[in-house]
Amino acid sequence: MSEITKLSLTELVESIKNKKLSSSEVTKAFIERSEKSKVLNAFITKDFTSALDKAKKFDQKPDLNLKLPGIPMAVKDLFCTKNVKTTAGSKILNNFVPTYESTVTENIWSEGAILLGKLNCDEFAMGSSNETSFFGNVQNPIDKNLVPGGSSGGSASAVAGQLTPITIGTDTGGSIRQPASFTGTVGLKPTYGSCSRYGIVAFASSLDQAGPMAQNVKDCALLQEVISSFDVKDSTSIDFKRSHYSKDLTNNIKGKKIGIPKEYRVDGMPKEIEDLWQKGIEYVRDCGAEIINISLPHTSYALPTYYIVAPAEASSNLARYDGVKYGYRANGENLIDMYEKTRSEGFGAEVQRRIMIGTYVLSSGYYDAYYLKAQKVRRLIKNDFDEAYKKVDAILTPSTPSSAFKIGEKTNDPVSMYLNDIFTVPVNLAGLPGISIPAGHDAKGYPLGLQIIGKAFDEQNILNIAFAMEEKINFKNKITDWWIK
Amino acid sequence: MSKKSREYLINRRDNQYEVVIGLEVHAQVLSESKLFSTSATKFGAEPNTQVSLVDAAFPGMLPVINEFCVKQAIKTGIGLNAKINKRSVFDRKNYFYADLPQGYQISQFKDPIVGEGKVIIDLPDGHKEVGIERLHLEQDAGKSIHDLDPQNTFVDLNRSGVALMEIVSKPDLRSPDEVSIYIKKLRSIMRYLGTCDGNMQEGSLRADVNVSVRKKGSKEFGTRCEIKNVNSIKFMQMAIEYEANRQVDLIEEGKTIDQETRLFDTKKNETRSMRSKEDAHDYRYFPDPDLLPLEVSDEFVNKLKSEIPELPDDKKKRFINEFKLSAYEATILVSDIEIAKYFEEVVAKMGKNKDMKLAVNWITGELFAVLNSKNLEITKSPVSAKNLAILVNLIKNGTISGKIAKTVFELMLKNDEDPQKIVEEKGLKQQSDPKALEELIDKIINNNREKAIEYKQGKEKLFGFFVGQAMKASGGKANPQLINEILKKKL
Repeated sequence: MSEITKLSLTELVESIKNKKLSSSEVTKAFIERSEKSKVLNAFITKDFTSALDKAKKFDQKPDLNLKLPGIPMAVKDLFCTKNVKTTAGSKILNNFVPTYESTVTENIWSEGAILLGKLNCDEFAMGSSNETSFFGNVQNPIDKNLVPGGSSGGSASAVAGQLTPITIGTDTGGSIRQPASFTGTVGLKPTYGSCSRYGIVAFASSLDQAGPMAQNVKDCALLQEVISSFDVKDSTSIDFKRSHYSKDLTNNIKGKKIGIPKEYRVDGMPKEIEDLWQKGIEYVRDCGAEIINISLPHTSYALPTYYIVAPAEASSNLARYDGVKYGYRANGENLIDMYEKTRSEGFGAEVQRRIMIGTYVLSSGYYDAYYLKAQKVRRLIKNDFDEAYKKVDAILTPSTPSSAFKIGEKTNDPVSMYLNDIFTVPVNLAGLPGISIPAGHDAKGYPLGLQIIGKAFDEQNILNIAFAMEEKINFKNKITDWWIK
Repeated sequence: MSKKSREYLINRRDNQYEVVIGLEVHAQVLSESKLFSTSATKFGAEPNTQVSLVDAAFPGMLPVINEFCVKQAIKTGIGLNAKINKRSVFDRKNYFYADLPQGYQISQFKDPIVGEGKVIIDLPDGHKEVGIERLHLEQDAGKSIHDLDPQNTFVDLNRSGVALMEIVSKPDLRSPDEVSIYIKKLRSIMRYLGTCDGNMQEGSLRADVNVSVRKKGSKEFGTRCEIKNVNSIKFMQMAIEYEANRQVDLIEEGKTIDQETRLFDTKKNETRSMRSKEDAHDYRYFPDPDLLPLEVSDEFVNKLKSEIPELPDDKKKRFINEFKLSAYEATILVSDIEIAKYFEEVVAKMGKNKDMKLAVNWITGELFAVLNSKNLEITKSPVSAKNLAILVNLIKNGTISGKIAKTVFELMLKNDEDPQKIVEEKGLKQQSDPKALEELIDKIINNNREKAIEYKQGKEKLFGFFVGQAMKASGGKANPQLINEILKKKL
């Protein structure tokens, strides 16, 4: 049975299509492993009974033309799922059951996949270690008491721990790529506007983007092909010609120009990250690509810019959680009192901190100095990339400045926590696609990731580069099943 | 513009104060669905039956602009002779309230869809230009209902997300009367355009009224107070009158006016402080990241321009030129699109040999009187334009006299009956046979010999006496013109 959970998505799809495996067998295997993996705390809501029913139904009348035929999968608990509780990792939505489905998950189900449950994440996707979740922190399958990264920590842990063959996360400043890097998995943040935001609990609307997480690049490409669609229900969704990412996947990247931005060599970066990057450069060179040194001069402003723009939007996006219409409500003497109690009891510390920051930077008298300035810098950061892409086809950087850290190690130091996203944040600010692939291990045996950043709408190209590198790297994730007795 | 005589001034001791008023009118866009959702907008529906997930701000819900509402706003902008901004931006106006589900209102702050424009208002002694500062699109909030329960407040979200146009005037108005005329003109233009029904009872048109006072002749503006959400012209006028006098009293007492937001208490007929400038909300406006900037092409705007109907000002000019109406008559007839339509239908139905003056008199006289007394809109008129045209023609061609016409009109009210038929059935046709009338007049002169002599000796007043006698003898049916002619000849 455990052999099934080791299979990649591509292998599972093939097995089901060849009738070597039934959807029920596959679903049961992942459910059984998930039941043995409670220690990881990857799930907020399990929907196992219903999943088995759906698998049975699928097997009775299997449609094998679908892209995800009878494939069970769990999704980040930021996606609204019809009739299945959706919490965003927050107490304030602890009792919230949507009557509607997000476009991205709708796309997945209509290709035959089956919902296993909802995966843990940082509260409202605000965090880099999954420690801000109301439902407790998530264990990294790599090692005990290690964070899986965040905010899509439950998703990363579930894929690495083989509780789900694939999953989807959301990425506002690195929330797919950083946990992918921490868990030795592959995570893609698509171009802003590629995947609909309809039905995804909003954190920072101008940055949020859903994306696939998987064990390998090919699986990732297939899932991206399924979730990316133009959606009239999201005004920022973009109607561009989408590739058949999995079908068109190739390891031929000869002649591609890969940029290496000097500004990503940050102070205090561990040598093993530097070495990994160097190795990555050699790999792409081996694949026949050309390395070009580039400059992204405004890189150092990305993080401060992000920590103005994202909280500003969040402070407004989270205003709707007021106890009036749905979700948690505390009793109050009057309306204001009810608001204050609901929101101070319903939101955790990190969310409150960001609401406060966001409210501050938007207030009159500070708006110009912070929010408006940040928007201008954001434009400069985007211009940096535009300039660079005149010379190169993609950019290679490390995914994170370090490997996964211990639970609790950074909870009292928000700034050092925020620094985790230093390489991923510029990509969100510029609205570009970025993929993190596992590329090696540090001295402790923890995985390290490399990031490939592409031009807007050029997912196919970075998937191809990742695919080619993946072959050369031949990464093996060291999963010992330490949490299973 | 000699409006000195009608200047609205507040006098205290030796001082004369001028009142300066600017309006922020909130006009509900005439649209089947809301600004950012597909929910219906019907007035008077059961509470919370016209609410989508977007309107109730469920997690992950996103606004999608309703193109029709954008067109309506642009059309209104064209009607206000205003600059249409090809690029506008939707912003979030953040504040907490139970009937504001998102915790913010989507509005336009820095970049509205419509820029500066102007409205011409007709005053009793001329006309005046009122500047329009801007027009922007925004969402309405829901409704909090506090009086259904002693402990709880209920919220109805039917209005939540309904499209409003906020039309901001420049501080160009100087009296409660000007405000009334301005609002009516604005309403008229929007009804012509079909962009707002202007129904104040249903809340489709309300205004925030900015009032300040200054000594007559002063160039600087005084400190203004904003009276929030006044929903009838009468209340606007009362609120301005109260507020202006309150401010003048403060100045006269040597006190200062605080810039603040005030409420008008319609029961006590006074304005009360709602919040001071210090307590003013910090709305933390910022561009809504869920919506892209709204961009419209020249082509799009030009297409809308081509769909604009003849508006009151142009119609008035045409009525004066084409139908030779007085400015006063034309103003009344174009004031409401439905009245204008009715009038034009009457004109069309009267055919070639028409008496425009007579038609106008009948519409603005008899017909308006009936509509007023029955409290009816002209669209519900008991007398159709077609039948009124026939009636006017009957008078014009001498079939009936004006007096008899009034009797016929009364009879028409019941079932919008054809006046021709009434005249025939009731035998009300005018006596226009000269021979019969001559006989009738001969008889009257013979019976009143002495008066006839007195008339000839110069007592001209007696002419009326003979006319009266003749009319009486004919049962009111004699053609008065002929009577006049014959009498003049015979006497």
